[in-house]
Amino acid sequence: MNLTFHQQMRRLSVPMLALMLMMAAFAVWVDGAVAADVQSAPEATAEESELEPAPKLTRADYPDIGISSRSIVWVVAQMHLFFGALVLAVPLFVLVIELVGVKTGDPRYDSMGHEFMKISLTAYSVTALFGGTLALALFLLYPGFMAYLTRVFGAQLLVYALLFFLESLLLYIYYYGWHAMRYGNLKWVHMTLGLLLNGVGVTLMVMANSWATFMMAPSGVNEAGAVVGNIWEVMKGPLWNPINLHRFIANVAFGGAVVGAYAAYKFLAARTPEERAHYDWMGYTSNFIAILAFLPLPFAGYWLMAEVYAYSQQMGITAMGGILAWLFIVQAVLIGTILLAGNYYLWSGMSRTEGSRRYQWLIKYIAFVLVVCFLVWVTPHTLILSAGEIAILGGSHHHLLGPLGIMPAKNIAVNLMLVFTFLSFQLYRRSDKVATVPWAAAGNALLVAIYLVAVANIIFAGVYYGYFTNTVYKVGSSVIQVVSTLVVIVAGVVIDGLMFKNAKVLPSHWGRVSNRAQYALFALPVAFTWLMALMGYVRSSVRTHWHVYSVMKDNSPDNFIPTIGYAGNMVTLVTLMFLGFMLFIFWIANLSGVDQAVPERGEDR
Amino acid sequence: MSVLGRTIGFSVLLTLVFTLVANLLPQVEGEAPEEKSIDLGSLTVDSFIALGESLFHGKGTCTLCHNDMGRAPDLLALDVVQVAGKHLVDERYQGKATDVVEYLHESMVEPGAYVVRGYGKKGSNDTESPMPAVDKPPIQLSAVEMDAIIAFLQAKDGHEVTVPLPAEVPVPAVQAGGDTATVPRSAATPEAAFAKFGCQACHTILGTESPVGPGLTDVGRRLTSEQIRESIVDPDAVVAEGFSAGVMPKDFSERMTVKELEMMVQFLSEQKG
Repeated sequence: MNLTFHQQMRRLSVPMLALMLMMAAFAVWVDGAVAADVQSAPEATAEESELEPAPKLTRADYPDIGISSRSIVWVVAQMHLFFGALVLAVPLFVLVIELVGVKTGDPRYDSMGHEFMKISLTAYSVTALFGGTLALALFLLYPGFMAYLTRVFGAQLLVYALLFFLESLLLYIYYYGWHAMRYGNLKWVHMTLGLLLNGVGVTLMVMANSWATFMMAPSGVNEAGAVVGNIWEVMKGPLWNPINLHRFIANVAFGGAVVGAYAAYKFLAARTPEERAHYDWMGYTSNFIAILAFLPLPFAGYWLMAEVYAYSQQMGITAMGGILAWLFIVQAVLIGTILLAGNYYLWSGMSRTEGSRRYQWLIKYIAFVLVVCFLVWVTPHTLILSAGEIAILGGSHHHLLGPLGIMPAKNIAVNLMLVFTFLSFQLYRRSDKVATVPWAAAGNALLVAIYLVAVANIIFAGVYYGYFTNTVYKVGSSVIQVVSTLVVIVAGVVIDGLMFKNAKVLPSHWGRVSNRAQYALFALPVAFTWLMALMGYVRSSVRTHWHVYSVMKDNSPDNFIPTIGYAGNMVTLVTLMFLGFMLFIFWIANLSGVDQAVPERGEDR
Repeated sequence: MSVLGRTIGFSVLLTLVFTLVANLLPQVEGEAPEEKSIDLGSLTVDSFIALGESLFHGKGTCTLCHNDMGRAPDLLALDVVQVAGKHLVDERYQGKATDVVEYLHESMVEPGAYVVRGYGKKGSNDTESPMPAVDKPPIQLSAVEMDAIIAFLQAKDGHEVTVPLPAEVPVPAVQAGGDTATVPRSAATPEAAFAKFGCQACHTILGTESPVGPGLTDVGRRLTSEQIRESIVDPDAVVAEGFSAGVMPKDFSERMTVKELEMMVQFLSEQKG
């Protein structure tokens, strides 16, 4: 049974609020605990350690093992992050799925949640293996840097390790106790365990984020890198919360995409209509999670980059306008792939219900807008041309295409792609329902008006402020565009939520979707994985030749920003490794459900 | 083909498409700034200016913001000395400088002393500068390096270089002003000419590497002598693949002697990679 978007959102808000409260409580606890710790320490010792600056490492301080230390850490760290993201994300939406199952009484939710957790459990072991390898690699290959980080974060690392044990404990009880705590009050105990599991998981994530953000924008230390604040001041740097939010949302989208691939694989391999129906429904739910989480991600990214610019304009320009700028063309290709694949899956899925015929005529227009916007997004500002071509063109900027290469054009394209993806999503959600409220016509008219005004606003703000005013307004105009997009999404959710309450539900035929649509579900995790690794390269590279920006220089042989091609090859390597491991995990998850047939008489027992 | 085979094939193919896109784009490596030791004994005004130019484009990272993209005043397009003179007498000026050299130095170590209208931090009403103090990390220029940049900013528009050279440098070259300070003597060798005009700050040549401009170790194979000459005196006439126009200084025709230009063209024509 399908829940309306509004119902799902309302249910989602409860565990999310609880998680946020837990995070806040943890923050207060850390603050208090550290403050108490600092106060009780002998003064002389505290002053000594606090005034010790960051070490100034020379090339000789880095062990030379014959191959690039950075490449080793790059691969291991990225693998740890992929699996970490997956095992943190899956229990988040599994808890919501479990709650939906309890509220609707539909047992399919419960079994789907359990199946997702089976994947997460195996992935958890792999996460821990890569985490341990990463720690080992870092301490062996970057001993000076790790000694400094250990000094700065001190007891926080121990808290992290303890929480990791707690996470393991809760995860095993949550998974293995699934069927033992399936009904009645025990189900609520089970979900409380899930809530605790997610609370600990998110806390682990934000703690690990603080190491990365400390390296990018250090706080709690003086100019020489000496610790002058408590652990809370070290953690709460200017980029901490933007990264926390960005990673939280991205992890959910990533997790949804990966389990979607699992469902797609199982769908293609299914032998019975029942199996096809089950895995079609599972794939649809996974795609729903991935796209729903993905839609606000650009706004979280926008906040992160705004904070990067506010912290250091130089760092912001290094990322967006300097040596790394070309990378955003690859990002456009990746996000374009995600949006096109997500939309294609939604359009294909409309074949499940007869009611979708009402909306199918719109698909070609949505596809047209998406393709045009995608092409604008990938248009580079400076064209890659030979000397002869430049001479013929009269410069490296084409007189017509050149204006499409700058940010205002790309902001228009991105926002329109998001608005039209939401439109696909909304049409899909509506396709199996008929509104019964008397104000349905007025509601639809209002919604159409909101779309038209938002699209006009996005184009006007981009064109007028982007091309006919100076830089300050150019940047400001993107806020208007983002707000317009958000208004469409929020208004769409609210109006549809009210309009389709108690709506007439048309039958859906799960399993009646093309095999081709399943490849969209494979495209999503491949693009997400590649994108995550690529953006990790950017986030790390903006520190340029610093281990800890402006505080501790990187004097290792790898203290340069590698080319985009080299980074692309590394990203492909880790993506393929991740896909290989995931196939293994899918296989293991299946293996646990396979019973060998009893051998017949005469065969070996 | 089995489901597993098709799944793997599709995923690997898509991954390779992304890899291909990444490898088709211009490949630029971001080198960590090299700490150069300055031989004060052999420093001349010209090499001091060349050092300043190299720092302006390199370690100082000035061109990240001071370019024609509108994020900060385009110092290469402006007559900085003239503009600094106007700022010094502006009522919004809050610094302590009394002349252009002091003002330029102050603008680097205390950028908030005067914020050009329209370039302040967002929401500060142009009272706070987004520019970092360049004597502090992450840029961390030394006093001599900042002076070299000031010398470059003065010289690029034909102004007299009034910033003092480091103490050990012979004084006459600095103090004489006029022709003596601004008209360079011809370099004796191609190597000296490359050092004098700071070519290695942006181009890979003579054993040094830089990703900013096209590599020159094989330029003799790619371009004719006429094209090399044009690239030096009118660098934006034809811009090499993957590089932007407006980055290479356009005033070499005014700063180079004929002897230097021809010597460099000859030398570069012989660089066949």
